[in-house]
Amino acid sequence: MQQFLVEVSKYILALCMAFYTLDSLLVFANRNEQEGGFLYVRQAFWIFVIQLGSFYNLAVLSRDWMYVYMYLAMQVLLVLILCVTSIVYQKINRLLLNNMCMLLGIGMIMIARLNMDKAVKQFKIIAISYVICMLVPIIITKCKFISKLTWGYALIGLIPLSMVLVLGETTLGSKLSFTIQGITFQPSEMVKVMFVLFLAASLSKGTTIGRVLLTGAVAAAHVGVLVLSRDLGSALIFFVAFLLVLFVASGSYLYLIIGLVAASGASVFAYHMFTHVKIRILAWTNPWTYIDNQGYQITQSLFAIGSGSWFGMGLYQGVPDDIPYVEEDFIFSSICEEFGTLFGMCLLLVILSCFLMMIKIALKCKTPFYRYAAFGFGIVYIFQIFLTVGGGIRFIPITGVTLPLVSYGGSSMVTTMIMFFVLQGIYMVAVKEGDKFHAGKENFKHRKNRTEKTNESLEEREDFDEKQDEFISE
Amino acid sequence: MKSRMNSSANNGKIIGVMLFVVGIFASMMVYLGYFVATNEQDMINNSYNHRQELILAKNYRGSIYSSDGQILAQTALNSKGEEVRYYPYENMFSHVVGFSTHGRTGIEDFANYYLINSDISLINKVENTTAGRKNPGNNAYTTLNYDIQQAAYQAMGIYEGAVIVTEVSTGKILAMVSKPDFDPNTVVEMWDKWVENDESSILLNRVTTGLYPPGSTFKIMSTLEYIKEHKNEYQNYTYTCRGSYKKGDMTIHCYHNSVHNRVNLTKSFAKSCNTSFVNLAMGLDRDSFSDTLDKLLFGKNLSLDFSTAVSKTPINAQMSDEEMLQASIGQGTVQITPIHLNMITSAIANDGLLMKPYLVDRIESADGDLVHAYKAKEYGRLMSEEESAALQVLMKEVVENGTANRMKGYGYTVAGKTGSAEYNSLGDSHAWFTGFAPAEEPEIAITVIIESAGAGGDYAVPIARRVLDAYFK
Repeated sequence: MQQFLVEVSKYILALCMAFYTLDSLLVFANRNEQEGGFLYVRQAFWIFVIQLGSFYNLAVLSRDWMYVYMYLAMQVLLVLILCVTSIVYQKINRLLLNNMCMLLGIGMIMIARLNMDKAVKQFKIIAISYVICMLVPIIITKCKFISKLTWGYALIGLIPLSMVLVLGETTLGSKLSFTIQGITFQPSEMVKVMFVLFLAASLSKGTTIGRVLLTGAVAAAHVGVLVLSRDLGSALIFFVAFLLVLFVASGSYLYLIIGLVAASGASVFAYHMFTHVKIRILAWTNPWTYIDNQGYQITQSLFAIGSGSWFGMGLYQGVPDDIPYVEEDFIFSSICEEFGTLFGMCLLLVILSCFLMMIKIALKCKTPFYRYAAFGFGIVYIFQIFLTVGGGIRFIPITGVTLPLVSYGGSSMVTTMIMFFVLQGIYMVAVKEGDKFHAGKENFKHRKNRTEKTNESLEEREDFDEKQDEFISE
Repeated sequence: MKSRMNSSANNGKIIGVMLFVVGIFASMMVYLGYFVATNEQDMINNSYNHRQELILAKNYRGSIYSSDGQILAQTALNSKGEEVRYYPYENMFSHVVGFSTHGRTGIEDFANYYLINSDISLINKVENTTAGRKNPGNNAYTTLNYDIQQAAYQAMGIYEGAVIVTEVSTGKILAMVSKPDFDPNTVVEMWDKWVENDESSILLNRVTTGLYPPGSTFKIMSTLEYIKEHKNEYQNYTYTCRGSYKKGDMTIHCYHNSVHNRVNLTKSFAKSCNTSFVNLAMGLDRDSFSDTLDKLLFGKNLSLDFSTAVSKTPINAQMSDEEMLQASIGQGTVQITPIHLNMITSAIANDGLLMKPYLVDRIESADGDLVHAYKAKEYGRLMSEEESAALQVLMKEVVENGTANRMKGYGYTVAGKTGSAEYNSLGDSHAWFTGFAPAEEPEIAITVIIESAGAGGDYAVPIARRVLDAYFK
């Protein structure tokens, strides 16, 4: 019976994941995400079924009680996150919350399977991050001054980044982190939040040439420090975030084109300047030729995905540890290996649904600061996914960034969770704005006398609503 | 007010970026799906992938069968209870079936993925696991015919060389023998010794990777080119053979200095008259000849399920007359693999259309359910129907009144071409025969090369005949 369960569980897990994914996408069929409460409950159900099935497999196959303890601890934490958050913040975006828990859960299963010590650390980090995160939406909704801290964000961001450059430890040819009293920080992760807030604050004040140049200079400083630290993956993420937020804020294709030209120039320059960039390009174009050295990582990653095929080798039945840095940079490949590529594709769709929700939040916001911030976070999040997953499947060269919320890594975890909760805060602001607006609309219907000004603004608003309709029907 | 106008204006841009991202993710997922759908076997088969060992810890390797049900390879337990790979027919199938005990070769390599995986029903799997037994891997049923393989193996005796027999309408390989051979049961113990004494290269499969001068069998190509260039009047060709042909410093003689006197194309081909062919070849358009050889897959990697060596010809528009003289009769730097010559022969027999040669017919699970069927596939058209018909007529004459007349009168008809390919300046030669049978309604194509034996008609033809006897018995 036990054997039978282990054997069929991979199909069941893939099916549960598919149901969950379907629900994630069905959310967008409702115009208002607050509706469809049953759908969110059903999603939570799938989360816990997947947790149970996976940890059951791990415990049975390893005969290690640690998995039972880890399972129980993780369930308590997930229940807490799901319940406490939605009780404290009633207007929370349930899709983002559910998806966050799903990703955290899958990450924990995989890290526990790969390395129990790291899993225990990761568990603590999630718990602590959650406590910090609970404060974030209050700050976003209550503190109006956050949209005015432009230079503060820039300063808070640039200082730790520069510290890495000076104090940093080198991992794999890149200076990524420094250690204070036994705790290792990777500031490029946390600075992402500051950077997006800086972009939003700065560009929401307007996009005159002077302001664009000034913002560009600060962005260039960030990217420059990262390039000097040889953290090219993060440099790329920062650059893309800057370029796209600028594009949206200014509405100017010219900036986009200038940016893309500059990026191509910079890539050529980086290729010739940095040997580790050259190596990664080489490993990307010819992995099989250099299978013993430069191409080892990517080929092992491809073996994992290829051997797992559609339904995976089954949890605890593959050898994902063959891939170097699997818990950090190649967790997606290990998921494809043991859970199967169909499961992995569902995971990508869940991630994509997070991104779509972030964009929907951005569109909902009427205040430019919140709008650009939501959009910027969406870009930072999805672009990082693109880099890590694309690198692992040889769609693009490897950049060595983590899969947010899933991979092992404290800084990445804290940052991404904070990012999700900042978005929750922005969402609540947007909902409030919307409520006010709808209330205004109702009032308007009953009033006969009105000024021309309100009339104009109403038309704009209706225009806006129409565009939202378009978006929803996409 | 102003900022609000601004924000509704950039909705379109935000949605544009979003759609772009969705597009990128869609293509990434398609790429991932395509990778998984097309690469699974290669990924598992790669020796850098340790997951095979994982699979083999759960399953034991399946068996390989001949098309008539003989076991060619199986995994059994020895007296100590360890798994051993056992090859009942020892040397007879050494190259074609290969081995999996020291790296992998042959069908053991090609079908590895299926052999190590088990597609028995889930219930049986669970039963096995509960009983602490391993699951039986899938079985590979080859296209090889035991009787024909045995006939070829025995007919070659102690000679070194290669024999390949294929079914022309499907491309099924019925027999593939390469000598010298080895006993795959002893690979592990003998490996170092075999690799040390490399001169005889017993591990080399001469059918697929042996490169030989084609000798007079290359006259098939020269004739095809001549027919192409003289569609309507090739039958009017005549030449008077005096036993030798001189051009510059080079003199070409007919084999054993024979003199064929007045010959037409049919007789030149049947008697394999070198001087006539050199004369004919000097008039050929080298550019067009080079194209024809391209179409016949010279200089190309044959896209088959197993690796093959690349046949070479020096023929191009810039080559010297001396080179052309030698190449036209398959000497000099022309080289061909036996399987390639067999493919050309098979295409002639199949009205110009080449079927892709293949070795594994189907994979069945240990329960007997079909797991994967390999279908006959067209490789491509090598020549037109008319051209192949013309060559068929010429090749029949080789057996009726030419160099392969030792094949006549055995109850079946054959068409083909002999070759005696000189490989040193002493005039020692490899004996070739390539042909098809029955001559009127071709079923199979056979190619034989016997190294260092002498004339094709004397050594390769009798061996081919004994293989055909086995097929038609």
